[in-house]
Amino acid sequence: MGAVAATFEMAGFRALLELADDALILGHRLSEWCGHAPTLEEDLALANMGLDLLGQARALYAHAGEIEGKGRGEDDLAFLRRERDYVNCLLVERPNGDFAATMARQLYFAAFMHPFWRAIAASSNDATLAGIAAKAEKEMAYHLRHCGEWVIRLGDGTAESARRMQAAVDELHRYTGELFEASPVREKAVADGLLPDPGTVRAEWERTIAMVFSQAGLTAPEVRVPQSGGREGLHGEDMGHLLAEMQFMQRAYPGLTW
Amino acid sequence: MTATTAPTADLDLARARSVASRVPDPEVPCVTVADLGILRGVERDADGTIVVRLTPTYSGCPAVVAIEMAVQAALLDAGIDARIERVLSPAWTTDWISAEGREKLRAYGIAPPVGASGGRRAFFAEERIACPRCGSEATSRISEFGSTACKAHYRCDACAEPFDYFKCI
Repeated sequence: MGAVAATFEMAGFRALLELADDALILGHRLSEWCGHAPTLEEDLALANMGLDLLGQARALYAHAGEIEGKGRGEDDLAFLRRERDYVNCLLVERPNGDFAATMARQLYFAAFMHPFWRAIAASSNDATLAGIAAKAEKEMAYHLRHCGEWVIRLGDGTAESARRMQAAVDELHRYTGELFEASPVREKAVADGLLPDPGTVRAEWERTIAMVFSQAGLTAPEVRVPQSGGREGLHGEDMGHLLAEMQFMQRAYPGLTW
Repeated sequence: MTATTAPTADLDLARARSVASRVPDPEVPCVTVADLGILRGVERDADGTIVVRLTPTYSGCPAVVAIEMAVQAALLDAGIDARIERVLSPAWTTDWISAEGREKLRAYGIAPPVGASGGRRAFFAEERIACPRCGSEATSRISEFGSTACKAHYRCDACAEPFDYFKCI
């Protein structure tokens, strides 16, 4: 029972890490597009969205470090943990794939985080987290609109763009259930009033996705084997490659600053 | 109000407010931090230290540290020792850009934010953004994201000039 009690004491820290890791890993994935996007405007868009997420992650890590109280700062938490210590959901670590896959991933995530940040801003008893949430909500509204428009444009575009958009949705839909999953640690953080249950925004997420898919002419696939495990530190093969690149500088030159 | 409790003029604090409010934004130097509404207050704390409160525009805005350093440096130049505090709540909104700030943006060639910040906008909603040079509303959005996190990119279909639009959030 000792381990469980210790985990419960850390529930607030863990809940913040989940939010921070989601933002950092997805922000890093978007940064991989820099210089490779289909058009200059989209290069700017992907970099800007990545920057929003990185900014959110920094504020969340700094606050998580304060709550943990062990002197770990944002860089320690972002760059010096092992793969099994990252608690991001699997959706955000999925490789970029083609542009359609990146837009589908961003739509799924933004359609969840936009209402979730709004709910956190409205109900968290942690003033710092509520402040981060109020800002992030506005940023995710912008991401949601940008990606939603692309998913509609591509789904309702040419035969080739529609085929790719449907393939992206077919591949990624299985990762979305994890966004709403409950865990004992998260339930503790919810009971403590740090943040609301993510399940409370599921209905809004489903409405948003259904509305976009109907305009895009896309079909949500039936998910036979939902994928999850990220919140327990169980990641896919691609996560190691991502971390190797993202952590390289701090591992090779510990304490390096710009 | 009695004469004994009338506030004695805190000249250093007044000067700190004046100096801090005149610091230009590093990315958009035509406006000051006060014009943009990111200067949230200059007060003395319980120990008497002057505290300057600043808020970021966007979570990932790379200018946040540059702005904090610029304000600190301006105050040091004026011989004022102050502490800079970053406040996140309430979240910054373009509603806080002053009328003077909006006019300065337009004169500089950046279309100021249109309307009040609100909730989520509909997909494919088009806003009528007036060209900051010729005033025409016949403009087209080139890119939803621009040279900095706070701007989008537009083109005027009347005078053919491209221009930045300060996004409304």
